[in-house]
Amino acid sequence: MTTPKLQVQNVWKRFPVEKGEALVAVQDLSMTVQPNEFVSLVGPSGCGKSTMLMMAAGLEPITEGEIKVDGGTVFGPGPDRGVVFQTYTLFPWLTVEENVRFALKKSGVEKSKQDELVRDHLRLVGLEDFARAMPNQLSGGMRQRVAIARALVYRPQMLLMDEPFGALDAQTRMLMQELLLNIWQADRTTVLFVTHDVEEAILLSDRIYVMTARPGRIKAEIVVDLPRPRAFMETEGDERFVKLRKQVLSLIHSEVKQAG
Amino acid sequence: MANSPIARPKEKIQLLELRREIPRQYYVGAGIGFIAVFVAAWFLLTSFGFVSKIFLPSPAAVWGELMKQIQSGVLWQDAGASLYRIMVGWLLSTLFAVPIGILMGNFHFFEGLFEPFIDLVRYMPAVAFVPLTILWLGVDDSQKFAILFIGTFFQEVLLIMDNVKTVPRDLIQVSYTFGLSKWEILWNVILRAALPGVWDTFRITLGWAWTYLVVAELVAANVGLGYRIMRAQRFLETETIILGILVIGVLGLITDYLFKLSYKKLFPWVIQAR
Ligand SMILES: Nc1ncnc2c1ncn2[C@@H]1O[C@H](COP(=O)(O)OP(=O)(O)OP(=O)(O)O)[C@@H](O)[C@H]1O
Ligand SMILES: [Mg+2]
Repeated sequence: MTTPKLQVQNVWKRFPVEKGEALVAVQDLSMTVQPNEFVSLVGPSGCGKSTMLMMAAGLEPITEGEIKVDGGTVFGPGPDRGVVFQTYTLFPWLTVEENVRFALKKSGVEKSKQDELVRDHLRLVGLEDFARAMPNQLSGGMRQRVAIARALVYRPQMLLMDEPFGALDAQTRMLMQELLLNIWQADRTTVLFVTHDVEEAILLSDRIYVMTARPGRIKAEIVVDLPRPRAFMETEGDERFVKLRKQVLSLIHSEVKQAG
Repeated sequence: MANSPIARPKEKIQLLELRREIPRQYYVGAGIGFIAVFVAAWFLLTSFGFVSKIFLPSPAAVWGELMKQIQSGVLWQDAGASLYRIMVGWLLSTLFAVPIGILMGNFHFFEGLFEPFIDLVRYMPAVAFVPLTILWLGVDDSQKFAILFIGTFFQEVLLIMDNVKTVPRDLIQVSYTFGLSKWEILWNVILRAALPGVWDTFRITLGWAWTYLVVAELVAANVGLGYRIMRAQRFLETETIILGILVIGVLGLITDYLFKLSYKKLFPWVIQAR
């Protein structure tokens, strides 16, 4: 068996609270993501999905347990993992092009090669005509596309995405999902994708981890055996899709009810 | 018939909608109109003898005083001396407030170190420091700088700290994923993102420095706009007092405007929050 790309072993996260007991955000959570796999993490709001992802990114310290990437323990952020955030994280004083190039600052890639990489990745997300635009001239969907290009430009081994389309309207969201599907089907970068949108998770993933309400643990692991390549329209109609959707929704629903 | 222009009802101008832009001429006109009403009231009050001119001289008397001061050169001397004091006092304050504010906004250690002290001094009135500063520094310009510094610094440093703190955490986090060190992030991301806010802080604190000018020139000065006002009070030269106040107001307005103008030029990327 190959070493997993990402391995989360019995990880706990406690946030200290002013008074009283610490808040347990993630409790004894274990999961793996294999190389070239697309895995989603779904669960009710506030269950610790973002916290889990940020720990994998090395941006949030782990209270207990261990996270490994390619078998090596994670101690901090690194260029082997690209991160796309739920909020807009473009640098507003840089153009689209400069934003993408910023990610290559420490890559050691030479200047002429950088130009090429930036251009290629803007084309990948369909924004080559907006290279000179400022972020405040872009729509929300376009901003997230730049963020994706920026996270991919230094060719990370793995992409960590925290509800990247959460703030977008339904139509834009659909287009972005298709874009991500196409990008992923072309190069199969390993992805860990956080969402609370069940259909999005099924459409995109090979596997889905369903989390419990806080404190977040893994409640179920579901294999999505839908054929690839997938596309929004066809896949949504597939009866296996409908069944999976019902299954995952009922798992989350029971959690929300217990918590509420 | 297809080409016949459709009569559109003339759009009614809505001046009082929440956060709605209004035509520029109304916006500017209202501001000028308000000042005009003020001046007109002043004119009426004084020209019909409702108030004694010891208390409120007429606009003409103030105008005459202005002409007199321009011709004698007193105005330029006073304005020059005051501008110089303000600039040095404010720059001194800024020189310390910027690095200390940046440290406080980024490192909890420095916030913990400085904030209790700053909060304490912040509530001490700058006027109360006049006797002390004279005792320590004498009566020359360095004493004026000290008063301007005391009046400005302790507020400015806290504002700079806040400017730095408003930089979104995710912007910092994402920079870490590109492999930047914390110092690189501090310089390339945090300071860059905080700059427009810092620029606004400069504008606001320079305005405060103007208000401390009179305090700084309260005693032991022989030139300056604030000094001219204080001296005029002794001789009941009310028109000189009013002129002095107006000149300070106008100079303050000009510096404010210059900062606003340069803000738009320097930071066109700032998202306009409507
Ligand atoms: N820095 C922090 N300090 C204290 N508590 C925190 C912190 N960050 C997160 N939490 C708490 O941890 C829990 C999990 O938060 P997290 O953001 O991971 O949830 P989530 O699953 O991503 O939710 P959502 O779907 O709404 O984004 C929440 O109860 C939250 O209040
Ligand atoms: Mg979240």
